[in-house]
Parts: sequence; structure tokens; C-alpha cells
Amino acid sequence: MSLRTFKGGIHPDDSKTATNGKPIVKLAPGNRLYFPLQQHIGAPLTPKVGVGDAVKLGQVIADSESFMSVPLHASVSGTVSDIGLYLYPTGLKMPTIVVDNDGQDTLSEGIGPKPDPETLSPEEIRAVIRQAGIVGMGGAGFPTHVKLTPPADKPISYVIVNGAECEPYLTSDHRVMLEHPDEVLYGARVVRHLFGLKDAFIAIEENKPDAIATLQEHAADDDGIHIIALKKKYPQGAEKQLIHALTGRMVPSGGLPADVGCLVLNIDTAAEICRAFTQGMPLIRRVVTVAGGAVAEPANIETRIGVPFRELIDCAGGLTCEPGKIIMGGPMMGIAGYSLDVPVVKGTSGILAFRPDEVAVSPESNCLRCGRCVQVCPMHLLPAQLNAYAGKGDYEKCEELDVLDCIECGCCSYVCPAKRHLVQSMRAAKQAVQIQRGKAKAASK
Amino acid sequence: MDSNTLVVSSSPHIKSRETTTRIMLDVAIALVPALLCGIIFFGVRALYITVVSVVSCVGLEYLWQKLCKKRVTISDGTALVTGLLLAMNLPATAPWWMVVVGALIAIIIAKQLFGGTGHNFVNPALAGRAFLLASWPVLMTKWVAPFTLGFSVAPDLLSSATPLAILKGTAEGQLPSLMDMFLGNIGGCIGETSALALLLGGIYLLLRRVISIRIPLSFIGMLAVLSFLFPGAGMDRLTYAAYSILGGGVFLGAFFMATDYTTSPITGKGQILMGLGCGVLTFVIRRFGGYPEGVSYAILLMNIATPLIDKYLRPTKFGATKRGRSHVA
Repeated sequence: MSLRTFKGGIHPDDSKTATNGKPIVKLAPGNRLYFPLQQHIGAPLTPKVGVGDAVKLGQVIADSESFMSVPLHASVSGTVSDIGLYLYPTGLKMPTIVVDNDGQDTLSEGIGPKPDPETLSPEEIRAVIRQAGIVGMGGAGFPTHVKLTPPADKPISYVIVNGAECEPYLTSDHRVMLEHPDEVLYGARVVRHLFGLKDAFIAIEENKPDAIATLQEHAADDDGIHIIALKKKYPQGAEKQLIHALTGRMVPSGGLPADVGCLVLNIDTAAEICRAFTQGMPLIRRVVTVAGGAVAEPANIETRIGVPFRELIDCAGGLTCEPGKIIMGGPMMGIAGYSLDVPVVKGTSGILAFRPDEVAVSPESNCLRCGRCVQVCPMHLLPAQLNAYAGKGDYEKCEELDVLDCIECGCCSYVCPAKRHLVQSMRAAKQAVQIQRGKAKAASK
Repeated sequence: MDSNTLVVSSSPHIKSRETTTRIMLDVAIALVPALLCGIIFFGVRALYITVVSVVSCVGLEYLWQKLCKKRVTISDGTALVTGLLLAMNLPATAPWWMVVVGALIAIIIAKQLFGGTGHNFVNPALAGRAFLLASWPVLMTKWVAPFTLGFSVAPDLLSSATPLAILKGTAEGQLPSLMDMFLGNIGGCIGETSALALLLGGIYLLLRRVISIRIPLSFIGMLAVLSFLFPGAGMDRLTYAAYSILGGGVFLGAFFMATDYTTSPITGKGQILMGLGCGVLTFVIRRFGGYPEGVSYAILLMNIATPLIDKYLRPTKFGATKRGRSHVA
């Protein structure tokens, strides 16, 4: 049987062998941790603690009244030493609560197992998940309880846990599936139950046969859990492409997975949902792949949220040379940074340090119109033309050519023989179009 | 760690090894069998014409860019390929100055004046050939039979009719065997006669994924089907179709000229249409036009239609809604 996949996409070297066989190691948090106030998409949080306050492990240190937000918890016990602007992994400064770790890990009151989710109503389940501060851990940071609250007229028929992990280098989801399969399955069952469904799907790329086998083994007694192998191809794990491969349904342009009755969760997110119920523990840790040619001993590290990148790099044996590039996330969609003095946040799936010779820097040359970008675009757009119009500042034409449908996966820039910065220009065009739309909306009011 | 040495750039942070130069090098490699056949059949003069053409194209591009104070881009290999293709499209009897004029039209007029690599609206080599054919029609059709040409063109050299001219009835002569047509043992331009050599090069380009099968297959297929359906007077359908696709540079055009990235459609559907259009036009020009052969003009016409094809044959975007292409707000 040919494996399920989507049309388009690329086959980069997945560079996963440095870490995919390495068990997750636990990193003890250092003396000082940093908690940026906005690690999710949505409303900003307000600090619930002041400088000098003592905090305990799992205590809410910032929250918001808004539905479109999740609380933030202290991942250690200690004292708040500062609240101010600190560097965030995306390169901007953000209001941040700084906690000095006392090393005691004194648990906050009220942390303990929650009732069996089977006995809870959907509202109660969502409340537990929000209270645990859970967001999509694949990188975007969309609040999970919001995702689990689709409009009433859009019934969910597919619950999908996304174990594709198609980004090169990253192996954290792979290791979580291998080492914590029951937690992943528990999370899938909670969400399945929430929507009153019998089935849940876990989709995994074929390059992780051990993860597929492990999950199948652990789900052997549950015929409502379906482990689906997908073809290895980037961006197989992109939400829309994953849904299409699995169900044949296409999320409409500008729409959400719920429009086609689908709900997609990240592997680590599913595992966090499990911990929120079985231990009552909020999201205070995550698994991060630390890799790249400049890292001495690439590793999968379980770290507390708030630990600086530098400590994770040290845990992975330190750097072998002056790095040429530091990336948060994978090499296809991750964000390049300029400092290791930024904290791990809820969406940090990987930290990559590239040697200078691994850094792809080449000047742009003229577009040949070879059409490789058109062949690989998983959204079936025309990157070469969008790039030309964006370069001329003709954003109206970009809008007409559906630039807003671009998922910024990077396939076009990856294959371009003229090394044109296709995604970069399309990202700029998207922002320009959105700003223009916002202005038009404001003017019409 | 010094943050001044860190590269902070937009994703993706890894790139494929593919480059423009590598692609052009592949095209040049793929042309080697055809060039060798040209040298075997038309002597060392075929090599001389090719060298003159390549040196002229690369040299003119260099001079022009220096003169205009532009970045010199001869290292991208596109001028090399244009030079090779121009030579493939010339008779081995061509005088050297004519080759230089062809290179001038190709590189300066067709390519650089429109913005250089990637901006020409017709295939530069074909533009050069079309100009030469219009300006010096006799010199451009001075074919000789294989194995008769020395380095210099003797004035009493017997000219040889191309199979297509014989087929059309505009020239006297005995049709060569199909095997000679396939091997290239016939009169014609330097690089167009050997279907076998061109096919080898074409397969190399397909394997290297430099080109897709869409344009060559739809081009040759369409021409074969039309020739089969409407054969010339007194000829067997299959034989006529075979002569049609083996003669007159169809393989050179289909694999190397019509597939030129810059002047062919960017989408898969558009490329199929391009091939079909080339096939139809080649047939129509050969059957109803004054020339016995129509590949170059067919491709040039489809080059000009390419922007239109790209405008109307866009791929359907992922998740397009029934209400049309507009984005759901």
C-alpha cells in the first residue's frame, strides 16, 4: 500500500540520526529562570506576583481574564527577583518574570490528580486544560482549550495527534512517543472523549518505525486508536497537509481545521494533557532537541520552561566552535536568534547551533522561471510570481495570487536554484496585505 | 560567542545544493552526444562553428555587462548554453561572421536588452537562428551530406536536400532510411540530425530532473498524431509520422529548446499546453507554410504565448473554495 501524503513538498536530508536514538535526558534547572509573559497566541498576561515574592513549583505567576489566553506557571520554587524587559527567542524584548531558583522544588498547594476525565463534562475538561497553561507545543503556541472549543455548527469527526515531526534535526516528538507512549495515548483519549468520538488517529512519518510499533503495541487493547504511517516528506506535519493526507479533506482557504471537522494536536501537547489530569501538573517542562554541527553532543533534553538556551547547550556538551547561526525550532521554519541568553518557552521544540560552514548564505540571482517552487509548493501557489510582485511592492497583485494562503513552510526557498528569498518576500507581502486589510476595515467602520 | 558573527536570517535555514550554474552545466553535458554526432557527420568544421558560437555568446555577454557596468553573470552558464544551442541550429557550412551575428542577436538583442538571464521573452538561440534565416536564407540552408565536409567549405560542394524538403516535394532526392534518420546520417544543422544522440541527452536531463517529460512528450506526441492522421500524399501513415518526428530538429526543439525555463510556462498544465501548441504549429507550418520545417518558428510563437498561458493556467490552490479563488476573510 502506498503511504498517505499530499501533493508537493520536498525531501531534505532529515539529519535526525544525531539524536533520534538518544534517550531523553533530564536537565536540572539552574539558578535563575525567565518567564516571558506571552508564550501563546492571544491576550497578554498580567503578573500575579511581585518582586521579592516567594513562588512555588506549579504556582500561577501570570494570568489574564481573556478566554484567548492561558496562565503561566513557575517551573521551580524560589523568589521573584525581577519583572522587566528581557530578550525573547524571536529577537524582541518582552515583559518577563525572573525567578531565582531555591532548588527545593516545593510544590504549590492544590497540585494533585484531577478526577477521571471520563466523568467530567466538556466544559470541565477544557477548564482543566486551560488552567494547566497548555498551548500547542509545535511552535505556534495556540491555546489548546480554544482549539478544543470549535463553533457549535462545526462538529468534530476526526481527532488527530500529529507525530509527523517532518522538520529535519528535530527528534523530541519521536522520543516522547517512544518513552511516554501511554501519556500520548491518554491525551488522545481525553480529546476523543471530549468530542464524544470513538476514534482518534496518531499520524507518524514512516521514518519512525519504532515509534509506530511502540504506540501500536501500547494501543493494542483499544481499537479506537489508529496509528497511521505517513510518507516521509516535508511539510507532512503541516496541519492542512496532514489533514489532507489522512482524511482526504481540504481545509478551505482562510479556514480552520474545524471547518472540515478535524482537530490536530501536537504529540507533546497530548502528553501534557495527560499530566494535567493524572498529576494535576501544569505545563512547566518540555522536551527540546539540541543539535546542529556546532553542538558537541546533540541530545534530547527535558527541561523546565524558563531555562536559558545556554544551559541546554552546556548540557549537550557545549559548543565545538563559534556557531554561525542559532535557531529556535527546526531548520525549515525555525527562527534565527542572536543570543543564547534567551529562555526555553512553551513552543521551543529545538535549539540548533550551526557551524559557520553549515549556514546557507548565497546571493540571489535572477529567477530562471524553472518552476521548481511551483512544483513543491504544498499550497499550490506560484512563489516565483509572488516574489516578483512582492519585490515591486505590488501587494494587491500578491493578494490576488493568494499570498495569504502561504504557510511559510520554506519549500520554495529550499529548492530555488537562483537562491531567491521567496518565503521571506511572501511573508513581507502577507504582512503588507494584512495591514492594508486592517486599514480598509477601520476606514469602513 | 560573539553575536556579531551570527547570521540572523529568515527561514528556511537549509537550502538544496541546486544552482543555476549546475543546471546549465547539465544542459551542456546533455548536448555533448549531439555535438559529437555533428562532428562525426559534418567534420571538424562543426566543432569550429560551435567554438565560435560559444566564445561569441559568452564574450558578448561579458563585454555588454562590462560596458553597462552590470554584474557579470557569465559564470551562471546560461550564455554557454545559448552558444551551444545556437551552433546546434546552424549548418556546418555557415561562415564564422554569420555565427557572430547570430550570437549578437541572441545575447544582446534577445537576452540582455530585456534584462538578462530569466527575462528574455523568446529563446535567445532561436531568435538568433530566426534572424539569420531571414537575413541569409541561402547560407542558412546550405546543407551538405554527411562525411563530405572538410574544414573549409569548398565552393563546388554538392548541397544535399533535407529529408523534410524531399518529403514536402520542394526538393529532389531520395529519402534516407529511417535508421539513418534516427542515427543522424542525413543533411541538416549541426546538432539536429541525430535523434538518438538528442534522446540520450534528453534522458540525461530527465534523470537529473532538469526538465520534465511534459513538453517533449506532448510536443513529439502531438506532431506524431497529426502526421499519422493527415499523412503526405502517397505515404504510409506510420512511415510518414516517423519521418515527421525524426526530421527537422524535432528532438532538438522538444528536449532542448521548448523546455527552456525562461520562455516556457511555469506550471505543469501550461507546459503540456506549450508542447501541444508546438506540435500543432510545427505541423501547420510544415504542411501549409513556405518552409519545409517549422520547429523553430513553432517554439518562438509558443514562447510569445507563454505569459498568457501562465496567466490563465494557474494551479488550483490548496483548499480553493467554490465561491472562486478569493480568500475567505
